[in-house]
Amino acid sequence: MSKPHPFIPNSNAAMFREMLQTVGLDSIDQLFNDIPESIRSKAVLDLPSRMSEIEVRRYVEGILAKNTSTRDIVSFLGAGIWPHYVPAAVEAIVSRGEFLTSYTPYQAEISQGILQVMFEFQSLICELTGMDYANSSLYDWSTALGEAARMAGRVTGRNEIVTPHYIHPERLGTLKAFSSPADIRQVEVAQESKTGAIDVADLKMKLTKNTAAVYLEYPSFLGFVEERCEEIERLTHEAGALFIVGVEPTSLGVLKPPGDFGADIVIGEGQPLGCHMNFGGPLLGIFACKDERLLRQMPGRIIGKTTTQDGKQDAYCMALQTREQHIRRAKATSNICTNEALLALAASIYLSLLGPDGLTDLSSTILDRTRYACEALRKINGVIAPAFDAFHYMEFTVDFNRTDKKVSEVNNALLKMGIQGGLDLSTHFPELGQTALYCVTEVHSQNEIDMLANGLRKIAGDQEI
Amino acid sequence: MNFAQARWEEPLIFQFSRRGKIGYHNFLNDDQRKAVLENIPGKLRRRVPPLLPEVSEIEVIRHYTRLSQENYGVDTGIYPLGSCTMKYNPKVCDAIASSHKIQELHPYQNPMNLQGVLQIMYDTSKFLANIVGMDEITLQPAAGAHGEYTGVMLMRAYHDDRNDKTRDEVIVPDSAHGTNPASAAMGGYKVVEVPSEDGCVDTDALKSAVGRQTAGLMITNPNTLGIFERDILEIAGIVHDAGGLVYYDGANLNAIMGKAKPGDMGFDIVHINLHKTFATPHGGGGPGSGPVGVTKRLADYLPVPTVEYDGTKYLLNYNKPKTIGKVRSFYGSIAVVLRAYVFMLLHGKDGLEGVSEVAVLNSNYLAQQLRKIRGFSLPYAEGVPRKHEFVLSASTLSKETGVSALLVAKRLLDFGVHPPTVYFPTIVEESIMAEPTETVSKNELDAMIDGFKRISEEAYSNPETLRNSPTATSVTRIDEARANRPKTMQLRWKINP
Repeated sequence: MSKPHPFIPNSNAAMFREMLQTVGLDSIDQLFNDIPESIRSKAVLDLPSRMSEIEVRRYVEGILAKNTSTRDIVSFLGAGIWPHYVPAAVEAIVSRGEFLTSYTPYQAEISQGILQVMFEFQSLICELTGMDYANSSLYDWSTALGEAARMAGRVTGRNEIVTPHYIHPERLGTLKAFSSPADIRQVEVAQESKTGAIDVADLKMKLTKNTAAVYLEYPSFLGFVEERCEEIERLTHEAGALFIVGVEPTSLGVLKPPGDFGADIVIGEGQPLGCHMNFGGPLLGIFACKDERLLRQMPGRIIGKTTTQDGKQDAYCMALQTREQHIRRAKATSNICTNEALLALAASIYLSLLGPDGLTDLSSTILDRTRYACEALRKINGVIAPAFDAFHYMEFTVDFNRTDKKVSEVNNALLKMGIQGGLDLSTHFPELGQTALYCVTEVHSQNEIDMLANGLRKIAGDQEI
Repeated sequence: MNFAQARWEEPLIFQFSRRGKIGYHNFLNDDQRKAVLENIPGKLRRRVPPLLPEVSEIEVIRHYTRLSQENYGVDTGIYPLGSCTMKYNPKVCDAIASSHKIQELHPYQNPMNLQGVLQIMYDTSKFLANIVGMDEITLQPAAGAHGEYTGVMLMRAYHDDRNDKTRDEVIVPDSAHGTNPASAAMGGYKVVEVPSEDGCVDTDALKSAVGRQTAGLMITNPNTLGIFERDILEIAGIVHDAGGLVYYDGANLNAIMGKAKPGDMGFDIVHINLHKTFATPHGGGGPGSGPVGVTKRLADYLPVPTVEYDGTKYLLNYNKPKTIGKVRSFYGSIAVVLRAYVFMLLHGKDGLEGVSEVAVLNSNYLAQQLRKIRGFSLPYAEGVPRKHEFVLSASTLSKETGVSALLVAKRLLDFGVHPPTVYFPTIVEESIMAEPTETVSKNELDAMIDGFKRISEEAYSNPETLRNSPTATSVTRIDEARANRPKTMQLRWKINP
């Protein structure tokens, strides 16, 4: 140690020497002498020199200043991660050191706080989704999908998962990474080009004795909502497969929960529930299931309510740990250890603040603004919004094929007006041509939506420009 | 040793619920809401709202504040949980990460608006690559175990690309973290355990375990006993000669920063736990971040996108034909990456070596004194210094007094000491695995040592008192069996259970 450091209490020279003497050494090098000479580092690390707190703050905030955030401009991006207001009460609690700096509650007696939070989170997710059991979080929606596919494979002994054509590409990619080593194949089911609804005739063909699960996104990646969930459920179960439903949770304030139409596993992204976008992470994977047979195969930590040994007090602890890697090692249901507990805490606070009425209000507000935005954009010459004839929630496709502009051109022009346009779908789904995915939530004011409509009219609607 | 945790007997948030209370402002008036709801197709409409609690904001704040007081974190006190590197999380890292310039960034924004965050990702990758001696880094994995899985996928991609189809086994030492065999199994490999010899990998056993079937070896160094595997070059050579790859579990990186690099030890793939070594908060169980580094020969297989710099701007590169694809959505736990970046700058090129030096000094200081206490011992590798952590055995104490490692742990709670990891690794009987980190003070270490002494005295004089521990925590000893028995198992709140 050259100089004492504020985060290293024993770094001052006197203390350091005293401790060395206690262990009977003259030099710190003696504690590293067992590292063979040939692999001991000779050069110092190739990093900048140490900075003070004020220096680091100026330096890093200077770099961050190069970002243009969605607070600096108006953004209509969603697509798997959505702009929502995070109430100050959520931030106040999640920054409390007792939660923030704790870890997995291996010692339950001293960790009742986070354990009870996780139990409440599981309960809230069950209420929201209409399911029987929920775990205390996975990394994100995409890895939850990967785990769900593997779980369906274990439960059914089968090796195919049927996924919709208009699945989120990030989720499809992650699904492949998780399912391929388990020899689970992905089979695509078509969606009707006019409405986006699952092509039931095609689904019937894709359901075989190998089908482990059918996966539905609800609302879909492109914002339309499948109306034939009951029929899909019936066909899935008749084929002996599990029905996996992926959800965006704020929609469940107004949409029928998947538990009501027979979902076996519900997964989703909890980020909208009080968590910032943070450039895509950390996120909050939701994972819930029906019935006890599935519960025993569920990945991730599960918290149970119990009592103290004297029976006098309610208490909480980790349950069903024999599914987990620290006990079962190679035979665990998943390798997950660190999860997203802090984001689950944020989601619990968020859902408690909203309550049933607040959640219905939130989803209704989002629907109201989505409708307003679609109507405003539809009025523009050549622009179709949404491109699918269906009920939509929060996100919708904007079709520019009848204008003379590409989505990339539209977005570049919008950016000059201080607007970030929707996600360009032309590479992911070429059959949609020049179509973008737009997202409108409670954070978008009517003015901002009008600004978008006016901007698009200038860029794509008015052929003279 | 005066410790008392809050004891609120706090009800569940649901139990505060009364109809009509709300902790959130409405946007829509009743007419607007009615119009919206009527527009939803009947089949899709939710008929019964979810039974979320109806509570006001102050009730929510008090409830969760009280629960926080029934929780113990690094900010509360010493937390020497072995293998978890529970070090202090500098507040300035959180302060910088609270900027809207990171929190309100969307991953699909135009890259010209993202130059700052991409630079931070690029620089962090370079720093990490240098610290572990790898050539390229992906920041995508969400946690250590996720990094392991990514590493196993990279192994598979490498062998597949060489059309080497015979390799279906991954080797792990018997002292490995549980995630290693779990990740290898998830990656579709059979797991083969090799035994230890005096706490380190038995190289003869390894030699007989490797072959055409070996995809790779997963190992941490220093190992879970806190002992540096001095034969690491030979170990890597044995696996490489058999055509396998060598994977470094970065859980124990805090021991060797600036002292030795996994890349120089022969490793091909390394994962790094930013929430351990680089001081990002563990969050009650997460979020973490588990970047993975690889040598050049594996770089083509890394997940997409990678962050690159073309001399004028930073960009996301998806054009990697041999990539394993995506291991999660988007680019990683970027808010965590930012905190780790700030931490690295706060210590700088010389400072990180100092981090490891003090972490190792604290560990040896603690180990040397705890091992002298009656009933405890430090098995294996006599005379060899430990690194950032060590594994004590309470087997003598248990045999002579009936006081097990578990009881030791529970009694420590009464002294306001978060216990070390117990019963891992399993190659030590009644194991107590302690990792004090560099951010603990000598006073705290001395208090912990005093705690062990007192426990030893109690065990030999009046072991019965230990059986009632803990008493200073929010709840007394918990009935964990009850939480797992089908008849009493309760995994969620229900209004009418």
